[in-house]
Amino acid sequence: MSTAWRLGVDSRRCIGTSICAGTAPEHFRLVGGLSEPLADVVAPADVVLDAADSCPVEAITVRDATDDRLIAPEE
Amino acid sequence: MTESAQTTESRTVPPARQYPFGVPDRLVVDPTYGELRENEPMTRVQLPYGEEAWLATRYEDVRTVLGDVRFGRAPAVQRDEPRLTPRQQYSGMLTMDPPDHTRLRRLVAKAFTARRVEALRPRTQEIAEALVDDMVRLGPPADLVEHVATPLPIQVICELLGVPYADRDRFHVWSEAIVSTTSLPLETIQEYLNNLWGYIGGLVAERRREPEIDDLLGALVRARDENEDRLSETELVELAGGLLAAGHETTVTQIPNFVYVLLHNPDQLARLRADPSLVPAAVEELLRYVPLGVGSSFARYAKEDVEVGGVLVRAGEPVLGSLSSANRDGTVFADPDRLDFDRGQNPHLGFGHGVHHCVGAQLARMELQVAVATIVTRLPGLRLAVPEVELEWKRGMLVRGLLGMPVAW
Repeated sequence: MSTAWRLGVDSRRCIGTSICAGTAPEHFRLVGGLSEPLADVVAPADVVLDAADSCPVEAITVRDATDDRLIAPEE
Repeated sequence: MTESAQTTESRTVPPARQYPFGVPDRLVVDPTYGELRENEPMTRVQLPYGEEAWLATRYEDVRTVLGDVRFGRAPAVQRDEPRLTPRQQYSGMLTMDPPDHTRLRRLVAKAFTARRVEALRPRTQEIAEALVDDMVRLGPPADLVEHVATPLPIQVICELLGVPYADRDRFHVWSEAIVSTTSLPLETIQEYLNNLWGYIGGLVAERRREPEIDDLLGALVRARDENEDRLSETELVELAGGLLAAGHETTVTQIPNFVYVLLHNPDQLARLRADPSLVPAAVEELLRYVPLGVGSSFARYAKEDVEVGGVLVRAGEPVLGSLSSANRDGTVFADPDRLDFDRGQNPHLGFGHGVHHCVGAQLARMELQVAVATIVTRLPGLRLAVPEVELEWKRGMLVRGLLGMPVAW
């Protein structure tokens, strides 16, 4: 079980729906109309997976901070 | 001085205007929105049903109301919410906030990602070509609503969800209950909804008998049966029925609306025809330009005191955000009343904003792109086959659109 996750938002994919900032406001916010993680490395939390899996353009990635394994979005 | 007196002094609550401001006129955005954005960006409104509300008309304020977590939809079920429909909705994703909302949304969101939708494009194109072929064979004049705009999104959502296309005449009629305000008597709305839920219930039972069926309905049934805490039986039926009904009513309506606007902008139409690579930008601009809704619905309730557009909205007060008004805000969209395919940035709110951003947005985008490209390129002489005054527009519904669109080509 990983102890830290790394959050990424692909600004070329993001369309600024704000679904992530509404789903996980403690992890994502909109800056200039596009999403951005509040912190790049976070403690594992289900709500981060919810945000990644709810993004309609799959702009959010959650990776294991130690080995870079992709945790979300689900394939 | 008491605290309540201080709060009262800090804001003036103007008398409420009747809303919508007038009878919907084709696809014209009521000029009152422009005046309000300028002079009274947060105004009080009284809808045909329910309590008074604030109405936000500026782009930034609308985004705040729809996106800020200090606002929510869940309180609406405890209230007589402001609405255009006699019926109030007490269940479904649009009456929930995270984390409850997230639980349902996540179950369906994966089926509607840009990547999953892109895989449906070739099949959608094939359906669109076949429908246009059939219409061309019949010859002009032909009704674009009946022959292309209606069957295309229905066939796509049927195949995605796993609903027999042969049943379309029945569920298409029932789906009107979802978008009806006064077009149907209340008893008929209830009857149609019951029919729709009953029909979906039958398909759900079928999936349980044949669990290997690989479609969205089957996936939802499995999600419920594997973990009953994730999805109740009622939620399952309402979710699937909602996707079927809402999943096509809007796109069916927007295809003719888009064609109507293009016919009114012949220069832009000619550009599209000459260069179909403009289609994605054109669809975004049409999503911005066309006021699909007759008026705002689904007010967000303030969970604490929030300042929006210079007004202190008190905890517990409902606020509506006008998408059509936000999409014509000149501080965000230069020359907002002009149809312009060359806007570099087009952050329109046609699909809403925040957690309730249309779950089918990517599917609708793809269908609209296919429909517009196919109609424009396959029917180069496209024109109305009747004088414009003879076109019949929907009445008594949440959405604006044409009941029929006789065209020649």
